[in-house]
Amino acid sequence: MLWNDEFETLPREAIEALQLKRLQQTLARVCATVPFYKQHFANAGITPGMVRTLDDLRRLPFTLKQDMRDNYPYGLFAVPLDQIVRIHASSGTTGKPTVVGYTKRDIDNWAELMARSFVAAGATRGDVIHNAYGYGLFTGGLGAHYGAERLGASVIPMSGGNTQKQMMIMQDFGSSVITCTPSYSLYLAEALKESGIELSSLKLRIGILGAEPWSEEIRVEIERSLGIKAIDIYGLSEIMGPGVAIECIEAQHGLHIWEDHFIPEIIDPESGEVLQDGDRGELVITTITKEGIPLIRYRTRDITRIIAEPCICGRTHRRLERMSGRSDDMLIIRGVNVFPSQIESVLFSMDGVEPHYQLIVDREGTLDTLEVQVEVNEETFSDEIRKLQQLSQSISRSIKDLLGITCKVRLVEPKTIARSEGKAKRVIDRRQQ
Amino acid sequence: MKVEQISIFIENKSGRLADVTQTLGDSGINIRALSLADTSDFGILRLIVDKSNQAEKTLKEHGFTVSKTEVIAVEVPDRPAGMASILKILDSGQVNVEYMYAFVERCGGNAVIIFRFDDPEAAIEVLTRNGVHVLEGKQVYNM
Repeated sequence: MLWNDEFETLPREAIEALQLKRLQQTLARVCATVPFYKQHFANAGITPGMVRTLDDLRRLPFTLKQDMRDNYPYGLFAVPLDQIVRIHASSGTTGKPTVVGYTKRDIDNWAELMARSFVAAGATRGDVIHNAYGYGLFTGGLGAHYGAERLGASVIPMSGGNTQKQMMIMQDFGSSVITCTPSYSLYLAEALKESGIELSSLKLRIGILGAEPWSEEIRVEIERSLGIKAIDIYGLSEIMGPGVAIECIEAQHGLHIWEDHFIPEIIDPESGEVLQDGDRGELVITTITKEGIPLIRYRTRDITRIIAEPCICGRTHRRLERMSGRSDDMLIIRGVNVFPSQIESVLFSMDGVEPHYQLIVDREGTLDTLEVQVEVNEETFSDEIRKLQQLSQSISRSIKDLLGITCKVRLVEPKTIARSEGKAKRVIDRRQQ
Repeated sequence: MKVEQISIFIENKSGRLADVTQTLGDSGINIRALSLADTSDFGILRLIVDKSNQAEKTLKEHGFTVSKTEVIAVEVPDRPAGMASILKILDSGQVNVEYMYAFVERCGGNAVIIFRFDDPEAAIEVLTRNGVHVLEGKQVYNM
């Protein structure tokens, strides 16, 4: 099923022609209205007129999150504030948040892309969409909300938290689609089980999950424990919010990025060089329809690759492979690059091991140490010390085999690793303290 | 001839042992025998209680990881080399002991030892054939 037949199946050449036209318009506009970009391009010796093909995009300088902080709060807005109808901000874990503004048309485009995303995920106007993304400054709640309304589905504006109430509403209101983070969906599965609520008493059939990186193994676990199809959605507030890219339910393989609104590039995070389709690196996005705060070559820090092969669903927009982590989530332990998602994959490949884990990185003298905390459950518990030690040794060995690093596995009591009702906190790095 | 033992996973943190025993105490469950095996990170508390089903249920409700295992209670003569004589019988029957611990109560003039075997059936056979008294579960719970 498609939401927008014409645009979702535009031939490649038509997409690229549209991208070039919209890129050139965007560049001319930001140069005229955003002093930061005027200066930024001048420093790089570039004028918008020099961008004649899509390949010329790589001649432009990157925009960084730091540039948004430096221009806090409204410095990168390309329209006067009287045209801005909504303001969102990212959770600034360090320092000031990054602020984004939307014009009426931006909100309209966002709802369109979210509606496309819902349909790609298999949702229809007949669905009851249980929106458990947080409402507020975070883009998740309102982004999904407007898209669900545009689709014509019945949206329940739940927001995050209060799991008991979430479960009651799910049962009583017949929620059929849930939107939340993957870690919250697992938490919910656990809470349902504990409350003795049978999956058969729910109408839940699809989860549209995003806002944090997750693995294929977690998907299998979510699909099994909630009895749903779990669909990966991608977005970031700087670019728009949720709905920048989404998996289609037909393939569940790679996230279609809406290329009539965004131009994706993959770069080497170290050198900044553009990589070829298929190579894994950092995702860089240029917005080509945004009015409020257009961003040119924004470095997302998310690690992925472009899948250029046509998709069985018929959409012509290229796909991004499931995000394997963020270049700034990457841990360097004793010189080895480690993504939490890699350790997650190891844990999930082991029978009976809980999906709840935490990584503690520390330093003893000059040596980095990694401790992987894994919860014991009834399946992995034994009354014999030897068997539990075998379990931690085999986890540690598998991590060593895959990542080449030695770690200590600590078995902990169930429910002692903090469950987040938003984004999961998987890593505690004590080296910076 | 088998006795139900419940095992509880305990992290090496202060107060956890007290939490378990308090939880049992609050439910009116009496501990008959116990053993704590520990490593630097965690321990396994093994208990024989008067009401093991209820103990398992209560502990699970309080979020503990619990498993049930079958162990064997053996009467051991309370005299020098009493224990050695039992172990010798087991050794001659090629039965492996996973772990063992002593009972807090005495049974007549004898001590009671709890054994966890990798092959409990073989152990019972060897012990009874050699005239060792293996206690029934009911006898142990109600001691």
